[in-house]
Amino acid sequence: MSTKANTTDRAAQLAENFAELEPRFTPDESVAEASRCLFCYDAPCTRACPTHIDVPKFIRQILHKSPVGAAETILSANIFGGSCARACPTEVLCEGACVDNTLLKEPVKIGRLQRFACDVASEKGISFFDAGPTTGKKVAIIGAGPAGLTCAHELRKHGHSVTVFEARELPGGINTYGIARYKYGTEFALTEVERVKQIGGIDLRLKTPVSGAQMAQMLSEYDAVFVAIGLGKTSSLGIEGENLPGVWEALDFIFQTHTMPLEKCEIGRRVVVIGGGNTAVDVATAAVRLGAEQVTIAYRRTADAMPAFAYEYDLAKADGIHWEFSAAPLRVIAEGGRAAGVEFARTRLVGSGRNAKVEQIAGANFVLHADMVIKALGQEPLVELAAAVPALKVEKGRIVIDKATGATSVAKLFAGGDCTSKGAEVVDAVQEGKLAAAGIHALLARR
Amino acid sequence: MTPDLSINFCGVKAPNPFWLASAPPTNSAYQIRRAFEAGWGGAVWKTLNHEPIVNVSSRYGAIDYDGRKVVGLNNIELITDRTLDVNLAEIRQIKREFPNHALFVSLMVESKRETWHDIVKQVQDTGADGIELNFGCPHGMSERGMGSAVGQVPEYAEMITAWCKEVAKIPVMVKLTPNISDVRAVARAAQKGGADAVSLINTINSIMGVDLNTFAPKPAVNGLGSHGGYCGPAVKPIALNMVSSIAADPGWKIPISGIGGIQAWQDAVEFLLLGASSVQVCTAVMHYGFRIVEHLESGLKNWMREKGFKKIADFQGKGVANIKDWGDLDLSYKVVAEIDQAKCIHCGLCYIACEDGCHQSIKWERVPTDEFTKNYAAPHAAVPQASSLKSQASSNGNGHALVNPNMHFTKSGDVVTLPGEGDGYVGVFSIKQDTCVGCNMCSLVCPVDGCISMKQMPSTLPKMSWKEYQKKLAAGEVAKIQPPEHV
Ligand SMILES: Cc1cc2nc3c(=O)[nH]c(=O)nc-3n(C[C@H](O)[C@H](O)[C@H](O)COP(=O)(O)OP(=O)(O)OC[C@H]3O[C@@H](n4cnc5c(N)ncnc54)[C@H](O)[C@@H]3O)c2cc1C
Ligand SMILES: Cc1cc2nc3c(=O)[nH]c(=O)nc-3n(C[C@H](O)[C@H](O)[C@H](O)COP(=O)(O)O)c2cc1C
Ligand code: SF4
Ligand code: SF4
Ligand code: SF4
Repeated sequence: MSTKANTTDRAAQLAENFAELEPRFTPDESVAEASRCLFCYDAPCTRACPTHIDVPKFIRQILHKSPVGAAETILSANIFGGSCARACPTEVLCEGACVDNTLLKEPVKIGRLQRFACDVASEKGISFFDAGPTTGKKVAIIGAGPAGLTCAHELRKHGHSVTVFEARELPGGINTYGIARYKYGTEFALTEVERVKQIGGIDLRLKTPVSGAQMAQMLSEYDAVFVAIGLGKTSSLGIEGENLPGVWEALDFIFQTHTMPLEKCEIGRRVVVIGGGNTAVDVATAAVRLGAEQVTIAYRRTADAMPAFAYEYDLAKADGIHWEFSAAPLRVIAEGGRAAGVEFARTRLVGSGRNAKVEQIAGANFVLHADMVIKALGQEPLVELAAAVPALKVEKGRIVIDKATGATSVAKLFAGGDCTSKGAEVVDAVQEGKLAAAGIHALLARR
Repeated sequence: MTPDLSINFCGVKAPNPFWLASAPPTNSAYQIRRAFEAGWGGAVWKTLNHEPIVNVSSRYGAIDYDGRKVVGLNNIELITDRTLDVNLAEIRQIKREFPNHALFVSLMVESKRETWHDIVKQVQDTGADGIELNFGCPHGMSERGMGSAVGQVPEYAEMITAWCKEVAKIPVMVKLTPNISDVRAVARAAQKGGADAVSLINTINSIMGVDLNTFAPKPAVNGLGSHGGYCGPAVKPIALNMVSSIAADPGWKIPISGIGGIQAWQDAVEFLLLGASSVQVCTAVMHYGFRIVEHLESGLKNWMREKGFKKIADFQGKGVANIKDWGDLDLSYKVVAEIDQAKCIHCGLCYIACEDGCHQSIKWERVPTDEFTKNYAAPHAAVPQASSLKSQASSNGNGHALVNPNMHFTKSGDVVTLPGEGDGYVGVFSIKQDTCVGCNMCSLVCPVDGCISMKQMPSTLPKMSWKEYQKKLAAGEVAKIQPPEHV
């Protein structure tokens, strides 16, 4: 990919750099692609979708030129269907399960068809869902990410009143702040939130962080509470110099591409990203697009063990990003009080698989020079809320739930989304929001 | 040796059996010249009348099927809109340029003896090889007492054929309409009237659809429409049945030109096998142009090579005798479906077709993925992490026959998936051969070529047709056949 960071029209160039990788299907393309679908029975793609969207049904609706009907099918299973169409790792979900992989060595492009249908419905301004008759039950939801908002939407369908408390200025969680910009920007993400709000009656309170004590209080004020606070900051490296100026935290780095004009975003000339997952790739590809001259991803294990999805890895390669495998960071090197590079130890794996031990090879240290170092390990859990309710069972900082209902160890308290896992996808958060809403509704209907 | 595709059709020779049907592609010398140069062996000139007609616009409608265009076409167009003089001059010119190609001229005039005599004489004056009487046009002309108005009444057809034969020195072919309950009645009448050949089918009465915004039929003329003539790939089975029924008619003697839905070489071979000795094409040419004759010719030639046929006559009509009355078919013959698991892609289409539409004879098991990979030997072991999705398709490795060798795991990041899997299981389908009635449906819907085959089973009955069964039953020689078990 070519980046001309120093051209006069930098803003335009940056906009181009961050343009979507694949444009929306035209109506003709959508029909041609839809005609490849076999209309399977008990379709594997539907089973493989965490939200179980009826894929053959919506594809047939597109084929029969009813994209609005297709959108209804999609959104009734997944109200963030427009986001998921663009952000899901479809290659290992619906498209990975598509039987056309076996027949034609090429799956039906389910994600792009889904996007087409959702976009058409958005443009026509059609809303599909009505709030149920008021039940008089009140539910508090903490966190307006995909999990919290989906749960709110589902509960409104049942007629329960919902109040959503959100710490940040904008709703949508990581879906609004953290998805790689070439997948979609903040503007699109906010239209997804609007779609949720269309059902009416969702009392969304922004810039309202909930403390542990407040949450404990809510348990007595509301008929149920749903916790969907996601995860916190990237884990620290625990090495010398990691707080130097020039050392960034992955989420802060990505957030700036959503909250600021691209030409105002900070970027180094030489960037070293530490980590081997999708976040590391998102950071690196954003760095290239912002105009960094050299971007290296350093991962302490080998390529085989890398948790990044194959298509993310391919994209990074296509962007000219350099990978430094078997490299464990030892310290951030300072020059003039700023980060100037990272010293690494060369590693080898002892044993096999993800559990293999990483061993440093003595005398094989090396330095990668960089004026920007970005830490992109996993996210740390937010422990403060859970700690306020001692009876709440937590494991390694994650709230423990009954997968089928979202119920926690505390009565009336439900949880879902990233705060109950070590971080998954938007689509998983949506499904957990749905399941928790069903769990909450069952509880409220009982009483 | 290159097979000889030439034919002699009721005395008219042509380099091959592929002719253009009387229709827009045969409207002018310009088009027919292009067609003959492209390789067509003959053509039937667009239907003439003493006076050119006036057409409406729009004129055509089509049906698409799940993304494929023009599976069927219909038109509300009439016969030629050019003057007789111009047409006759051009016919003369073409015959001079292409003396070895077959050129028939289609005619349709008022039902008056002198009028027919006049036009037949004028046409044979041009040097044309034959005449085709259009008794088939289902719209517009029939309301004026021509076309299918004649073709639906055997007595008229016979009479007009006889009038033409009174003056014709060149062969007279009668084009039949399918808009009749038994096409053989008019075919017999034409033969009785002295026809040298028949051609069929002309188009079928039809309305292509309704515009959901205006409620106007398709095609529409300023919001209104009229029934039109249906043709194209969708009509082939109807045409094949009509052609074969005439070919099998006892006492049938004259050649048949087969028309209706021909677009691939196989279609043409089927018409030839079922009794036609030339074929005519319209819609496929209107859709793709004259160039399709190259595929027709090459397909036929190579099929003949493979089969060892040297000339068309070696196989022409050889399928007719295989078409019988239902009552002559063997009741004891039994086939059942069989799924080749090494080809199955686990789409479930066979299952739901049999379960909801047929005889509930397919077993559906949700085999847990682990068990599937173990029992069915799907390649779980080697899942390499490579750069791209495609190169990650691992080799099956063990070649076990129970799993499709094209079914590969995909590994991406920490996730491993298998096509056909979801919610932790793979749907595995097998035929309950004890209840399968051998209807074919599952094998028709299976998207994988050759995956479901129909296997012959030992019979529990003596070999007998329904007609024989009735006799044996009456004579008390056999017991009543029990109905199949249903759920
Ligand atoms: C960098 C990055 C890239 C990603 N890319 C993708 C991708 O391409 N595709 C994909 O499917 N998934 C992706 N994900 C994962 C996906 O974004 C998450 O799985 C999903 O957003 C989780 O939803 P959630 O609702 O559980 O949490 P979040 O989206 O994190 O939302 C939680 C919300 O709770 C709020 N909150 C937290 N504490 C409080 C409090 N005390 N009071 C009030 N509000 C609070 C937060 O402000 C936030 O808005 C990515 C994640 C990251 C970090
Ligand atoms: C637009 C159109 C006009 C036609 N005009 C005539 C005609 O003038 N005379 C005639 O005998 N048949 C006419 N036909 C019928 C064709 O010759 C042919 O019998 C019919 O289309 C079936 O063949 P096909 O399926 O290959 O199209 C016409 C068909 C079409 C589509
Ligand atoms: S698995 Fe593929 S072919 Fe089958 S229904 Fe899903 S998208 Fe269509
Ligand atoms: S042949 Fe018919 S009855 Fe037998 S399994 Fe197939 S669909 Fe069912
Ligand atoms: S239709 Fe064919 S491929 Fe599909 S499940 Fe049945 S046998 Fe397998």
